[in-house]
Amino acid sequence: MSSYPGLTAECVLFKGNNDDMVEGYYAKPSGKGRFPGVVLIHHAPGWDEWILEATRKLAQHGFATIAPHLYHRDGPGSPDDIAAKARAEGGVADGQVVGDIAGAMAYLRAQPEANGKVGLIGFCSGGRHAYLCAGSLPNVDALVDCWGGNKFADNKNNPAKRPVPPIELTEKITAPVLGIYGNDDKNPSPEDVNKTEERLKKAGKNYEFYRYDGAGHGFFNAPRSAYRPEQAQDAWKKVFAFFEKHLSR
Amino acid sequence: MCTYITETAKVVGSAKGPKGWMRIETANIYFDHPFHAPLDHALNIDFVGEVDGSTQRVAVELSAESARALIQKIEAALTSGEDAHAA
Repeated sequence: MSSYPGLTAECVLFKGNNDDMVEGYYAKPSGKGRFPGVVLIHHAPGWDEWILEATRKLAQHGFATIAPHLYHRDGPGSPDDIAAKARAEGGVADGQVVGDIAGAMAYLRAQPEANGKVGLIGFCSGGRHAYLCAGSLPNVDALVDCWGGNKFADNKNNPAKRPVPPIELTEKITAPVLGIYGNDDKNPSPEDVNKTEERLKKAGKNYEFYRYDGAGHGFFNAPRSAYRPEQAQDAWKKVFAFFEKHLSR
Repeated sequence: MCTYITETAKVVGSAKGPKGWMRIETANIYFDHPFHAPLDHALNIDFVGEVDGSTQRVAVELSAESARALIQKIEAALTSGEDAHAA
């Protein structure tokens, strides 16, 4: 897919769970064309600088991308203060996340520049959310799980907000799955990744898993010491190729 | 991994935030991804209070090692200070 150095990025509102208006950061490539859509699901720190950068990165590579602010209802305020409030409440409920992601997908498909296909990508808790949504929503065209942990019942969980372990929704996933993981990660551990792969394989799903040596949790995240430039560069290429393959028309 | 595991402590005191001094009653403590510190995981403490009807916080993000060292220094300061004041 072509590179689009020109892009526009702005904050938008879309209709999320319960028809609440939810804020999203929307970045789209400049120029003519019908662009595939991607919903980027943030990690627990919320709308931090890296999440917004990653949204623009996807747009630069040809994907009209929206990063919903899943903590929007805890605002107004700065994203870090809002994330702290959401954390103090135990995070957001899975049902609300699914509703918000469905709304973000509908927003993308309604844009005049959309080609109609929409994929999900999530990082860390967002990877868990992406897996959850791909198993809960019927119209996901591609799923990228970047080191999403806590997919299993035996992980620490909050039954009221997170009643169903995402792994139990595996059989309902219809989208092809790309998994990106670091072998030094503790959550998901290599054993967790193996268990997830076994479940996908048993269910006959279309998946690709890539496990990186010398990388742990969050190895795309440049401001942190976990950043592994070589592994991240290779994995980003796999993300772009996967979305290009499954979201193009 | 982002855990959402948070310890909450009731505290009595004050903290100075962007809007000046405020009374604080709660501290939320968690070891997870920080927002600002260039660390993979940090011991984060949010001291929470109210200023003019809105919730404000004073936040710190510490490495695990320095957080443990801080715990020891807090204990040491309490012990020596209480001893001095009792004398």
